Amino acid sequence: MVTTLTEASHNMSFDSAVIRRDFPLLAKQIDGKPLVYLDSANTSQKPNAVIDAMANFMRESYAPINRSAYTLAANATEQYEGARAAVAKFINAKSAREIVFTKNATEALNLIVSSWGRANLKTGDVVLLTHMEHHANIVPWQMLQQERGIELRWVPLTSDFQLDLTSLTSLLSGVKVFSFTSMSNVLGTINPVEKLCAAAHAAGAISIVDACQSVPHSPSDVQSWGADFATFSGHKMCGPSGVGVLWGREELLEAMPPFLGGGNMITDVRLDGFTCAELPAKFEAGTPPIAEVVGLGAAVEYLTNIGMANVRQHEISLSSYVLDLLTNRFGDDITIHGPRNPELRGATFSFAFRGIHPHDISQILDQSNVCVRAGHHCAKPLMKIIGANATTRASFYLYNTTTDADTLADALDSASDIF
Amino acid sequence: MPGIEDLYREIILDHYRTPRNRGELPPPAVYSEGNNPLCGDDIRIYLDVADGVVRDVKFSGQGCSISQSSTSMMTVAVKGKTVAEVQAFVRRFKHMMTLTNESETVDESVKLGDIEALQGVVKFPVRIKCATLGWNTLLEALTEAIK
Repeated sequence: MVTTLTEASHNMSFDSAVIRRDFPLLAKQIDGKPLVYLDSANTSQKPNAVIDAMANFMRESYAPINRSAYTLAANATEQYEGARAAVAKFINAKSAREIVFTKNATEALNLIVSSWGRANLKTGDVVLLTHMEHHANIVPWQMLQQERGIELRWVPLTSDFQLDLTSLTSLLSGVKVFSFTSMSNVLGTINPVEKLCAAAHAAGAISIVDACQSVPHSPSDVQSWGADFATFSGHKMCGPSGVGVLWGREELLEAMPPFLGGGNMITDVRLDGFTCAELPAKFEAGTPPIAEVVGLGAAVEYLTNIGMANVRQHEISLSSYVLDLLTNRFGDDITIHGPRNPELRGATFSFAFRGIHPHDISQILDQSNVCVRAGHHCAKPLMKIIGANATTRASFYLYNTTTDADTLADALDSASDIF
Repeated sequence: MPGIEDLYREIILDHYRTPRNRGELPPPAVYSEGNNPLCGDDIRIYLDVADGVVRDVKFSGQGCSISQSSTSMMTVAVKGKTVAEVQAFVRRFKHMMTLTNESETVDESVKLGDIEALQGVVKFPVRIKCATLGWNTLLEALTEAIK
């Protein structure tokens, strides 16, 4: 997650105002005013490169994959597998066999819990999670808890919205799994992934990184993380919805039982049983989201061309701007639930403003075409801990500019006029 | 885009700023809890029903201006009504919110009074759930009260 100068200097031409033009929807005007899309932590907009890749694939190349001999199908398979190789390279996986396409990150996490968890965890085994997890990294474990009687432990937060690691060693004692987010979707906090994976291993636990919020925004290297599994979604990283990624170390994936059963995931089916296919087909039952995977491949290529270090650098600068802007302009009227240091956070800002309910704020911001999320952000336990039923969340991405931040601030002022 | 003034009418903001019947009622009053999973809002309706009449009603919880003011206005309206009148009243309100089936009969003669100000919510479909949260919770409390 550290930006190296060399990498950034390769592309000094990074300009979010130019990048913005790659995203046709961002050129849209409603009531003569431009769209200010600040909900990318939820789902990102799509560049022409992705839209065209999918449309072209469906117009010219669409066919089943992995199961037909004709040229059209062989070409479609090649494009599908090409996307897998591109994703593997994007996160520095050892091999494309370690990349499993799922429906989304939620399904990827459920796959780990259901397959690895059921095969390896028994009553009384301990899973360590953190207080800043998304429901997708809580509920599947709670479901296994109901089924198996596993114990769930939690890493708490510090007052400055970091994970409180002072008791990590004792929390990890006897733990089989440490599953945590690389970046909070509410607080924006970026967690020290390498350190947490190392601590998990030192305690004899495996590490699972919910990387949904960080993969779209910063360089990812699953090998240097030292993780065992990582999960993320295509739709948050300029790709389409309907495809997510599970990355796992090959020997772990090899040893795991299949998740969904059906076509494509077998080499043989008899009346008395079946034989699993090799990785990664073993975990890809049924016809996958073919065009979506091709779209994700195009998204990865698009982001690679821009440079993830550049994206991260842009978001650090933008975070710095947003934090200064909101605190200077609104002072005590705004409470930002998250770290103040832009180096320690992503450009996702949850806040409370002048006692106005987030639903009302988002409604009023909508009058200025400012799109933000209001609610609990699928992290209800965290919301309870920070003492909010709901927050307003503005999340920025590579296509957002300081002008977007200015429009947000102006629109917030108009919320005060009504209430 | 519909104008924001259709949503935030003065009477609505008044009930939001100064909610009526906020609080709790001790047993034998019953209560029911409702929440909006979309936004995390929660509301509790306390209901004291005796001899088929709503003697008292109060509400607590957190929510946006629409859910809070809608609930506040509702409590004012239902106090003193018979169970049957409350049921007809809720049906009439949900009809205004475009939430009734064609098969359900709605007594058009039931007057909603101030609550008609919430009609503008219909132009903002996402907020219909906010406006009806307290009402659905009231129905649950009512079922509990006449059990």
